[in-house]
Amino acid sequence: MVEIAEGCALAGLPPMVRLVVQGRPAALDAAAASLGLDAPPPMLRVASGVGGSALRLGPFELLILPTLEGRAGLDAALAPVPHSLVEVSDRNVGFLLEGARAADILAGLCPLDFALSSFPVGMVTRTLLDKAGAMIWRTDAHSFHVEVWRSFGPYVEAQMREVAKGISFSLLTV
Amino acid sequence: MLLIDCPYCGPRAEIEFAYGGEAHIARPAADVSEVEWSAFLYLRDNTKGVLAERWRHSHGCGRFFNALRDTRTDQFHAFYEIGTPRPDMGGAV
Ligand SMILES: [Zn+2]
Repeated sequence: MVEIAEGCALAGLPPMVRLVVQGRPAALDAAAASLGLDAPPPMLRVASGVGGSALRLGPFELLILPTLEGRAGLDAALAPVPHSLVEVSDRNVGFLLEGARAADILAGLCPLDFALSSFPVGMVTRTLLDKAGAMIWRTDAHSFHVEVWRSFGPYVEAQMREVAKGISFSLLTV
Repeated sequence: MLLIDCPYCGPRAEIEFAYGGEAHIARPAADVSEVEWSAFLYLRDNTKGVLAERWRHSHGCGRFFNALRDTRTDQFHAFYEIGTPRPDMGGAV
């Protein structure tokens, strides 16, 4: 973790397996069941089971971050139902943004309301961070898992650092 | 900046969306005349007033949906899913 402003640290996340499942409710049910979940999470929510996490990014779409065992069970679980299963592990890069000021950094790049009441823990959505498409997942009150397409990584990191600079400046006492 | 109420994600800023033109335009059978085909491709009503139009939440859930928007005021009257009929506004608009 690197502290980019007082009360805010940024880190790149290690490589991870990422899978997009698209299909009708039966396909999403099967994918969720194979991760050990009772049902797919509702829109814009994350559910985690023994086999990994399922992120509901669209009404017919889940992004799955599986464990090794979870990955192995997914193909068999989905085989009987029509579906699309695409591995996008290398398409995205992930960032971990942590600290009391983390929400302020995101708010500097995105018009969403990051108050806990309107963007609670366990909420995920795609949106824009400045000009780049991004996915934001609130993993804790002061912790965000942010993903962007790999080529946007350096740009989004630079933008977050720029907002952090502004926040640091606003905290200066003279 | 318009506030657009995606039927799947709730209200979001306009920058997350892509415009999709007039809604409820049925694709004709492939063997229609060239005149009918060109009308399907190019001819639109250019409504002054309440227009049913498509939007796509391109930087969100990715889904297309329809909206009723007054082209004179930019006021939205309804948002509804693709495949459902145009809402009857009861003569309100
Ligand atoms: Zn949406």
